[in-house]
Amino acid sequence: MIINLSYFVAAVLFILGLKQMSSPVTARRGIIWAGYGMVLATVVTFFHPELKGFLNYFLIILGIAIGGALAWWSAKRVAMTDMPQMIALYNGMGGGAAAGIGIVALLQGKDMSLLIQSIAALGVLIGAVAFSGSLVAYAKLQGLMNKTLRFSGQQKMNIALFAVTVLLGLWVTFSGNDVNNTVLLWFVVLSLVFGVLMTLPIGGADMPVVISLYNALTGLAVGFKGLVLDNPALMIAGVVVGAAGTLLTQLMAKAMNRSLGSVLFSGFGDTATAAATETGGTMKEIEASDVGVMMAFANKVIVVPGYGMAVAQAQHKVWELCQLLGERDVKVKFAIHPVAGRMPGHMNVLLAEAGVPYDMIYDLDEINQEFETADVALIIGANDVVNPVARTDPSSPIYGMPILNADKAKNVIVVKRGKGAGFSGIENALFFLDQTRMLYGDGQAAASELIQAVKEL
Amino acid sequence: MIEGFIALYIFMLAAFTGYEVIARVPVILHTPLMSGSNFVHGIVLIGAMVALGHAETSLERWVGFIAVILGAGNAVGGYVVTERMLEMFKSSKRGG
Repeated sequence: MIINLSYFVAAVLFILGLKQMSSPVTARRGIIWAGYGMVLATVVTFFHPELKGFLNYFLIILGIAIGGALAWWSAKRVAMTDMPQMIALYNGMGGGAAAGIGIVALLQGKDMSLLIQSIAALGVLIGAVAFSGSLVAYAKLQGLMNKTLRFSGQQKMNIALFAVTVLLGLWVTFSGNDVNNTVLLWFVVLSLVFGVLMTLPIGGADMPVVISLYNALTGLAVGFKGLVLDNPALMIAGVVVGAAGTLLTQLMAKAMNRSLGSVLFSGFGDTATAAATETGGTMKEIEASDVGVMMAFANKVIVVPGYGMAVAQAQHKVWELCQLLGERDVKVKFAIHPVAGRMPGHMNVLLAEAGVPYDMIYDLDEINQEFETADVALIIGANDVVNPVARTDPSSPIYGMPILNADKAKNVIVVKRGKGAGFSGIENALFFLDQTRMLYGDGQAAASELIQAVKEL
Repeated sequence: MIEGFIALYIFMLAAFTGYEVIARVPVILHTPLMSGSNFVHGIVLIGAMVALGHAETSLERWVGFIAVILGAGNAVGGYVVTERMLEMFKSSKRGG
């Protein structure tokens, strides 16, 4: 009774917490509420009637201590720029746990109805795919695995593998109380392999969508496990995350002008190189001191940050620069593309870390009209999200993607490490425009030079 | 025992709730929110605890034990990362 009441309270706290996380003002309180819910649910579970045996209790406490300590240690240490892959990692762990619960339930073979047994098997499949897929996403973003593996017939092989996995899953489902351990083992292994093979061909630019998808899948798997274990807290929390994650995935895919299908089943870089058209004109270089003058005497400057800023850890310097400009009565605004960086909101988090107030930060829709009145658009480490080709060239793979209209600004300054193309491998027409100047250098070094230049005026 | 249609109702209502909660989120909070929802499915930990709690063979114990470690990692890591991100969202009324 107490346990069920506590689970109910925990579920309410989760939903209220998520709701509060949807506004910057209350977001912090939201995660703390959800945290209370988690602690409450975990503590009362120690009194769950199905927990028995000293050894099991000991192992539970040991497991929580090991998993919790490792996660605590790694989460405290990780730099803000590496957040996306950590989310992928922790999400993968959740998927693995969900798969583990399903495996135990199937091993025990307590009388389950056919429905519950199929849900248990389905949860194992989804959880295992989310687990191994998230780990691959983590490895890719962490730079442990750079190659995007593609070979001909890959999709056919994946489909065949998936079909075999589902068949094994059906075998497990219809085995009743007497699940064959070998079949179960192969079912789990093939699910894991499928997760890896499904994620391998996906390019880094699409990773945020994939992480979000796996987040939703883990939620769904957790919800299914709630049904298997007869635990409403798991069902509600899991399905809420599953639905929310699905919507978030769609929003992200839409922002990138990619359907979920094309993210999962088609390569990105391949078509990009083939379609890259020769862009006329040359890139024109500029000195930091000239940019300093240009910005200091401007009325309005719009800063467009991208992944390059994250890599160079330049957010603090950029904010310092903007404060200097603010002192000179230059209006400074930040324009954030929904998919700038490696995740939606990635840039917001970095800028918030540097202390940029969030009302200086604008979405694509909010700011796109304003580029026309801006004197300078300062682009730091962003590329594809300001590529006007997305508006003009139907043959380009990013054609149709909403972009920031930086090309409408009177002057465009591009801070960039080298002359190469962006993450997607597409040549950026913006760099060749008449009003565009290139400031080559690492984001942090360039920002420092600009600060110096403005100070000297 | 939650069976059949009751479960279906719970699933449906929870799904709508999740959809509605997210629908009004500004882009600025997408990453923290993904992280936050990642934390919420860390509730899988209590499922793993129950699974390990009634394990009877050593194979079941091993799988359950790993599930508890992973679940605890999901919950704790998800919380710390989300909290660290949200900590940085300060009110902006100063300066400006």
